[in-house]
Amino acid sequence: MTALAPRGALEIVSQGRARRRRRRIVVTGILLIAVAAAYLISLMVGQTFYTPAEVWAVITGQTVPGASFTVGELRLPRSTVALLAGLCFGMGGAVFQTMLRNPLASPDIIGINAGASAAAVVGIVFLSFDETTVSLVATVAALATALTIYLLAFKDGGAGARFILIGIGVAAMFNSVVAYVLSRAAEWDLQAAMRWITGNLNGAAWSQAVPLAIAIAIVVPVLLWLTRDLELLRLGDDTASALGVPVERRRIMLIVCAVALLAFATAAAGPISFVAFLAGPIAARLLGPVGSPVLVAGLFGAFLVLFADLTGQYLLGMRLPVGVVTGVLGAPYLIFLLIRSSRSGGSL
Amino acid sequence: MTADRTLEVSHVRLAYGDRVIVDDLDLTVPAGRITAIVGANACGKSTLLKSMARLLTPRAGQVILDGKDIHRLPTKQVARDLGLLPQSPIAPEGIAVSDLVGRGRTPHHGPLSRWSRNDDEAVAAALEATDTTALADRPVDELSGGQRQRVWIAMALAQQTDVLLLDEPTTFLDVSHQIDVLDLLTDLNRRNGTTIVMVLHDLNLAARYADHLVAMAGGHLYAAGDPDEVLTARTVKDVFGMDSQVIADPLTGRPLVLPIGRHHVPASSDAAHPA
Repeated sequence: MTALAPRGALEIVSQGRARRRRRRIVVTGILLIAVAAAYLISLMVGQTFYTPAEVWAVITGQTVPGASFTVGELRLPRSTVALLAGLCFGMGGAVFQTMLRNPLASPDIIGINAGASAAAVVGIVFLSFDETTVSLVATVAALATALTIYLLAFKDGGAGARFILIGIGVAAMFNSVVAYVLSRAAEWDLQAAMRWITGNLNGAAWSQAVPLAIAIAIVVPVLLWLTRDLELLRLGDDTASALGVPVERRRIMLIVCAVALLAFATAAAGPISFVAFLAGPIAARLLGPVGSPVLVAGLFGAFLVLFADLTGQYLLGMRLPVGVVTGVLGAPYLIFLLIRSSRSGGSL
Repeated sequence: MTADRTLEVSHVRLAYGDRVIVDDLDLTVPAGRITAIVGANACGKSTLLKSMARLLTPRAGQVILDGKDIHRLPTKQVARDLGLLPQSPIAPEGIAVSDLVGRGRTPHHGPLSRWSRNDDEAVAAALEATDTTALADRPVDELSGGQRQRVWIAMALAQQTDVLLLDEPTTFLDVSHQIDVLDLLTDLNRRNGTTIVMVLHDLNLAARYADHLVAMAGGHLYAAGDPDEVLTARTVKDVFGMDSQVIADPLTGRPLVLPIGRHHVPASSDAAHPA
């Protein structure tokens, strides 16, 4: 265009953009506050209540009788793992859902978590691997699962629905592997193996939080850089390519980043059910169409896991693993989505 | 501003898997003109357009943009020179018109560059040109088919490329919106010298709007050139397997195809089967 647009059009465009940018900042800000509040509360409450001042003192390294152990050694690692794992599940799930343009394309539904779990229980029960090896094997298995589904589904340019259907089949296969291994497991292995079935934060320690934090520090910046191209992939492969996105290469990079986050989170806290599945659509709802939902989904995931863990520990009268609580929250939503998709013509 | 991009297709063979769709096809796109590609269903015209847009790598031959093999150039560099409107682009749920149009600015941004006033101006100009400024803040999925097509064209305009490829830009539009879209593309061509290549179904609209008409049949180039010369009853018979009478459009003088079916035979039967 050589002709300059009239002032009116220019103002409409720049004002609209500023308005949507404000909304993105407000939603992100509110979620950040919610995550910080949930994190703080999870450090304060328990069998003994500690004030924010006492919690702060522990965080800054001072010795507070009682609190130094309870907060510093028990609650702080647990809440940190909850926060970081939730962030990973939320971001990883939103990447898959956005890329395949379908909320059902969540890694906990299409078998990527199941692949990690199957490898982990085999490692624990049959091969007696130590904790680090198990995490490593699970990460590799999750990546291998994702790439296998990708290759099967995208053989000739492929489609999202095929990815999901193949993924559901893969999930069923790995779940039966898990069930078989557990039926053969010795009693002393069961405790460790069970963590790979439902997400569980019991006994979460710094040894789980630290590798997770390192993975996040490496992967999240790359992933945030990739979100611009992810937004373009939503327009369809042809349009994205016409806008200069190297489609195949970006898709593989996105899958590797998302799976890495999911695998490390699963290694630290187990496959906390439905967090990856719920966070993306809820983030998209909160945010509206004003940009990539990936970061907001991560924040919502972190909030959800912190909230579900608090609920599971203190609000229900009995102690439940965090994955049971998120499962109870997520299952109705899955049913709702399936009903809605069968009403709107039956295609996934 | 006159575009002097040259776009050439040289001996390409295009295939999906084992199925060869286009074989040994040569085509030179005249710079700064409007080219329309016509042909029967499944004759390979969309496939050809895809390869020209770098979406499909030829098994043999080359697509050459300004003397360089397009499939050896980086995606981003091609995207600054050549825009594409696919047959059925996908709009993310709820996205605002001006945001969608803004996506057209992508090829002009590096990995770290920020949105500038320049980009806002390009988007505003694209909205003005397509008469969609009033829709700027509306979600794309709430628009009518004609409005939506104008918005997609606006996105391609914001990309500010010298060559624009369009795959059936008038499909699913009623006749007045078809004319709107084709008029808009003609404006773009006349004002900015943009080279336009489009696949069209409607022979008469193709003849009216194109400077250069390409007829394809069975994966080969049947004829290419001035619409007056290319669009004859014989071409229609060979390309579409249909009898017709071709007359001069009383409005433009361009060829106008009157199809002949089994039930409507011309009064003077000799016109139906020209030698």
